Amino acid sequence: MRALLIRDLRLALRAGGGFGLGLAFFLILAVLVPLGVGPEPGTLALIAPGVLWVGALLACLLSLDRIFALDFEDGSLDLLATAPVPLEAVVAVKALAHWITTGLPLVLVSPVLGLLLFLPAEAYGWLILSLLLGTPALSVIGGFGAALTVGLKRGGLLLSLLVLPLYIPTLVFGAEVVSRGAQGLSVGTPLALLAGITMGAAAILPFAAALVLRINLR
Amino acid sequence: MASIWEYANPLKFMRTTDWLLPVVAWLAVVVTAVGLIWGFFFTPDDFRQGSTVKIIFLHVPSALMAINAWIMMLVASLIWLVRRHHVSALAAKAAAPVGLVMTLIGLITGAVWGQPMWGTWWAWDPRLTSFLILFLFYLGYLALWGAIDDPDTAADLTAVLCLVGSVFALLSRYAAFFWSQGLHQGASLSLAPGTRVDWAYKAPLYISMTGFGLIFLALVLAGTRTEIRARRMKALAARERMA
Repeated sequence: MRALLIRDLRLALRAGGGFGLGLAFFLILAVLVPLGVGPEPGTLALIAPGVLWVGALLACLLSLDRIFALDFEDGSLDLLATAPVPLEAVVAVKALAHWITTGLPLVLVSPVLGLLLFLPAEAYGWLILSLLLGTPALSVIGGFGAALTVGLKRGGLLLSLLVLPLYIPTLVFGAEVVSRGAQGLSVGTPLALLAGITMGAAAILPFAAALVLRINLR
Repeated sequence: MASIWEYANPLKFMRTTDWLLPVVAWLAVVVTAVGLIWGFFFTPDDFRQGSTVKIIFLHVPSALMAINAWIMMLVASLIWLVRRHHVSALAAKAAAPVGLVMTLIGLITGAVWGQPMWGTWWAWDPRLTSFLILFLFYLGYLALWGAIDDPDTAADLTAVLCLVGSVFALLSRYAAFFWSQGLHQGASLSLAPGTRVDWAYKAPLYISMTGFGLIFLALVLAGTRTEIRARRMKALAARERMA
């Protein structure tokens, strides 16, 4: 399993394309929003938590179809499915690799983008913490969506239609943590709910994803 | 009437719905017509809302059926996954477009009523938001059915999507309630004493709710029959090619 993780990370880093794309998208979004809304610091500070969370979510979405599509095309997914490692574990490792290459960089650059959007100073800690807690859920849910659409010709568009509604609870609680943090309110409840979604998704969805992968490979 | 599992046999299902479908369909037409005509023309105007209150006879039944259709799809998907009865999967497929349209009717009638009463077509109220989310779930479910060629694979994948989607739809509903305080009134009908709706409205409302239920049943039966016939045609065409 560690070998699989390392292989996926290497592929993501060296094969190009997917890795930097999400980050660049996140950056462009954070630049476009002030250009569209206007440079008013008050307005931007008000919408910054939501914009950053929506941006992270969309950036995550961009690279989702790469989780399984390439392995499906060259046949290595069939090998993985027949390997002694359970397919559930393969799915979980692939989601983890996706998180390390997409979610983690997003978390790391988010404070810089928060600066561009005049995010209030007290919200930075909550922004990083909420993204750190929430983006694994995005990767796991996305892994399920990618498993659903792996065999399809035009899976990409369908994937976003399927996955975006599933992202709603994560987005609501994640953005709520940041905006409450920005106003200096207590963030315990949404933070706990966000963590709950991540834990629940990570515990259950690999099984659902492995189930649909087996159906797709049959 | 024997066990419900008998209708897992497509032949038996077709034979029974042969006579059942026209009965249900005509009943649906009559009951809905009675409920709506009574509701629209023979109820008094509300002293505050005027005649706009009458949209309730469309709004509440369609909203009810929008949710019930999803629950029915959930049950049918479970039956398909556990017992592999094809009729069940096809019934889930047939229910989805009906649920989608019911959701749309609920949203549109709500907007039409909200404009004069709340002064706005749309509000990011938890009930409205969760209905819009339900609409998105229906769209995704139908899109997945449309995208896959092999019928059994499509049935399997959509069934799993329906199960996972139900969990997340429920989560989204509570997230929406957490997220914003509501403008929408609470439940109009409740079994608790001291209900807030007068019988002058409640009687036609119950009738049109029954009518919408029957419409849903008739459309699902018709849709399932169409799907079974389409399967038969495909099987016949395949046999033709083999010969």
